[in-house]
Amino acid sequence: MMPDLGKYAETVLSAYVASLVLLAALVLLSLWRGRRMRVQLNELEDRIRQDG
Amino acid sequence: MTISAKANAIWAYANPKKFLAASERVLPFFWISSGLCLVVGLTWGFFFTPDDYRQGSTVKIIYLHVPAALLAINTWFMMLVASLIWLIRRHHVSVLAARAAAPVGVVMTVIALVTGAIWGQPMWGTWWAWDPRLTSFLILFLFYLGYIALWEAIENPDAAADLTSVLCLVGSVFAVLSRYAVNFWNQGLHQGASVMRIEAVTGADTQEKVSNVFFFPLLICIVGFVLLFVALVLYRTGTEIRARRFRALLARERAGA
Amino acid sequence: MIALLLRDLKLAFRAGGGFGLGLAFFLILTVLVPFSVGPQSSLLSSIAPGVLWLGALLACLLSLDRLLALDWEDGSLDLLATAPVPLESVVTIKALAHWLTTGLPLVLVAPLLGVLLNLPVAGFFWLVISLLLGTPALSVIGTFGAALTVGLKRGGLLLSLLVLPLYVPTLIFGAEVARRGAAGMETTTPLLMLAGITAAVIALLPFASAAVLRVNLR
Repeated sequence: MMPDLGKYAETVLSAYVASLVLLAALVLLSLWRGRRMRVQLNELEDRIRQDG
Repeated sequence: MTISAKANAIWAYANPKKFLAASERVLPFFWISSGLCLVVGLTWGFFFTPDDYRQGSTVKIIYLHVPAALLAINTWFMMLVASLIWLIRRHHVSVLAARAAAPVGVVMTVIALVTGAIWGQPMWGTWWAWDPRLTSFLILFLFYLGYIALWEAIENPDAAADLTSVLCLVGSVFAVLSRYAVNFWNQGLHQGASVMRIEAVTGADTQEKVSNVFFFPLLICIVGFVLLFVALVLYRTGTEIRARRFRALLARERAGA
Repeated sequence: MIALLLRDLKLAFRAGGGFGLGLAFFLILTVLVPFSVGPQSSLLSSIAPGVLWLGALLACLLSLDRLLALDWEDGSLDLLATAPVPLESVVTIKALAHWLTTGLPLVLVAPLLGVLLNLPVAGFFWLVISLLLGTPALSVIGTFGAALTVGLKRGGLLLSLLVLPLYVPTLIFGAEVARRGAAGMETTTPLLMLAGITAAVIALLPFASAAVLRVNLR
């Protein structure tokens, strides 16, 4: 399945790995922060509603 | 009539609540379609395209390098437009979108620089050359850092929005200026074939040189990157809106207590 | 406005530290360069124009955080904002005062430091010309940066991060003039570009600085 990358295999693979890691990190960090913010905001809104 | 109605329809999303509701509805579409495009484009590019006769298999890096580079520049452009909308029409969502986009731009710039360096090593024999294009991207990276740092430093949200918007505006002018200055600077130093060759394999010039075999997967990858950008910015803008509401509510609660 | 300029100049001289510090920094930087790259005079003379330009730029940067901070702390900036003089001209005067107390002295000592670095004879004239044309732009851009960060407690480092990228075009063309002059090459094009940047920056950037300052004073 793996295509023959010849003598540049390391180059191509490292470029792909580096880019995909960076993209994944960006997406995961965004999602993590988004989730956390949503939870925090909901908690706060509930608390305020209870206090009236 | 229809035009003005449409224009009004766009401004309706300046309302944070409406924006959140609408973005929640379209976000799944963007996530899924960008994921699909990226998987298809990158798989096609990585497994099913031939090697370039001159560059060997390194040509496969193009599927990451070119889309990232395109987005690195256009993210700044989007931030500029969003900042202008904030300065002129005072829509909070707009400036928050600019803030949300900046880290995406940073990552895109880093990807473009890193893949470029990895690609440059076997092709030009060096990780880094002070070629105009490379240098401009490095400067762009610095501009992103300054923009983000300014956002982080200022506590008052409206003042931060104003100041970063002006910085984005001024920065855009200087970024363009730097691009020309850098062009001049390097040509002044070493003219000749090496720059031409570097110009031909980096960035947009390639499009003319890339044959169809490489072009279609590249196009799909570009579309995938753009969709991913839209998804990320919409999602992160939602996060920023919530974060600001959170802080405002917290401040009000403290003031009340 | 002239009164304001005179006041700023007087304060700069009286405060003592700010005035001499930039020059001392420039001197020390130039002295350190041969220690770091080695004493070969051919090498030194080829990097001299660039080193001197960079040194002048950093010395300029060093004094930026005092540009507006003192007036901000004692509240005289609020007074100036409500004064009948438009804030744009206040900012311009501030930049001019900064240039007179920092930029101009740097230009004057640069040839002396050039001797230390074996600057070729042909280079002295062009070094002074390029610095004379370029340092006003550095002051004006720096004023913009200072106005952006004036309200912040630890604005110094952020100020550098914001201002340095903005200095890139000026540095490129200024150092290019000095380098070409030292090598005995044609200098007209970069000189015109440098002058153009300085003129444009002086004409336009005070509006941005004033706008930013208004936000910070709000």
